[in-house]
Amino acid sequence: MNATMNRRWDRFTPEQRFLRFAFYFLSVAAMVFSLKNIEIIPEFLYDAPEQLADFFQRMWPMDTAYYQKSVQAALIETLNIATLGTLLSLAMSIPVGIVAARNVVPIKSLNMLAQLILVSSRSVNTLVWALLFIAIFGPGAMAGTMAIAFRSIGFVGKLLGEALEEAHRGPIDALTATGASKASVFIKGYWPQVMPSFVSIALFRWDINVRESAVLGLVGAGGIGMAMDTAMNLFRWDQVAVVLSTIFVVVIIAEIVVSAIRRRII
Amino acid sequence: MTATNNRSIQIRGLTKEYKKGVPVLNGIDLDIPGDGITAIIGPSGTGKSTLIRCINRLIDPTSGQILFQGQDLAQLSGVPLREARRRIGMIFQEYNLVERLTVMENVLTGRLGYVSAFKAWLRKFPQEDIDEAFALLDAVGLGNFVNQRADGLSGGQRQRVGIARAIMQRPEILLADEPTSSLDPKTSVEIMEIMADMAGCRNIPVIVNIHNVALAKRFCQRMIGMTGGRVVFNGSPAELTDDHLKEIYGGEDWLE
Repeated sequence: MNATMNRRWDRFTPEQRFLRFAFYFLSVAAMVFSLKNIEIIPEFLYDAPEQLADFFQRMWPMDTAYYQKSVQAALIETLNIATLGTLLSLAMSIPVGIVAARNVVPIKSLNMLAQLILVSSRSVNTLVWALLFIAIFGPGAMAGTMAIAFRSIGFVGKLLGEALEEAHRGPIDALTATGASKASVFIKGYWPQVMPSFVSIALFRWDINVRESAVLGLVGAGGIGMAMDTAMNLFRWDQVAVVLSTIFVVVIIAEIVVSAIRRRII
Repeated sequence: MTATNNRSIQIRGLTKEYKKGVPVLNGIDLDIPGDGITAIIGPSGTGKSTLIRCINRLIDPTSGQILFQGQDLAQLSGVPLREARRRIGMIFQEYNLVERLTVMENVLTGRLGYVSAFKAWLRKFPQEDIDEAFALLDAVGLGNFVNQRADGLSGGQRQRVGIARAIMQRPEILLADEPTSSLDPKTSVEIMEIMADMAGCRNIPVIVNIHNVALAKRFCQRMIGMTGGRVVFNGSPAELTDDHLKEIYGGEDWLE
């Protein structure tokens, strides 16, 4: 037999194969375990379609007059909260994002400090931030704006930092070699490279914030959620339907606007 | 004579270890003349690029001295280092332009060592710099590309911008790290010609890493051969024999 025939070829070593199997096995086991653990009550599951139909019946016809009366003003407030909150977060997240990028600021302790700020911002939900700021500023749009801003720092800062770390080294070397200061290297070397991503991140976050600020009213932090909360407390499902449709339309418009701008800039 | 003499570089005992105990540059002693073009040839991975980048400190040497105009470049840091870098132009193999900026903006970045960050941000460069940039772009044949973005240029055009940017510094010495290795043979010659002209009429000495021995012999007045992190040849192109090339690159089959 020829020595070049029947040569063995294995993509994975036995250990790797075992680990892969263990991973799949654990995934399935976790799913089965979770299903058992959440204790689904079958009776509730069986009449769900009935409940759903009933729900829609109570929502229809919508109380369209409610839009003029309360929804429109609340909607404008929501958009203001989202936009102001996003702008505020951009101002705060740019410095943090820069310090978090290990190639731009090669000082370990500062990187870790920035990461800590980013993680703490992200680990708290917007609604929790809102409750904190309501305790400080009282209920209303101010608390909502601050909540949006502080939750967004982590998102924008983290993605900006990552974009900076992915910037090409070559142009940075070239500008450093001209004797440029660190600030000049950043403005002319790093910034042009990350600018499109930054605009993308900011628009994406604004898009998310429009949706998040719609819920903020549920905890009393202003905006369209307040109108929904009131209607729900009064069991006015025909009014809740108006609020939900408004949010739906606004989110779609925001999506269209954001993708149009993004296409222009990149 | 004094104007060119003080542009020479003396390298003493230059060593660079990326990993401890594994020197890439192994105690280099070298005098690079203050005029003309000096080529550094040698196989890949032998530290040519590291040597050049130690001069303008894109890489920090482990030990040794790099003497230029009475300063030891290896010891500088902070503002004195930036001021030394302003006098050293550099041209890169991958051009290293800022892709999203225009040709003009890329050339003007050559002045970043002199213009404040704030003014650079506002694109407020002195008029004399703008005049010089226009003149340089005309000279390298890119007068019609001023407002075109760098990512729309061909390799040869990009390297012309790279040369204009380096000359824009009004450097006293020019480093070129494989400036033609990413280009086709015809463009390579054109780029070498532009570089030699630009540097020649301004009395700027050039140190160039180059793979193409024929191209090096054609344009350079002095050749340095490196192998294994050491200098094994230092002389004129005429003195470089096949025996030297065998020593530098190893083997001889490729010489046929």
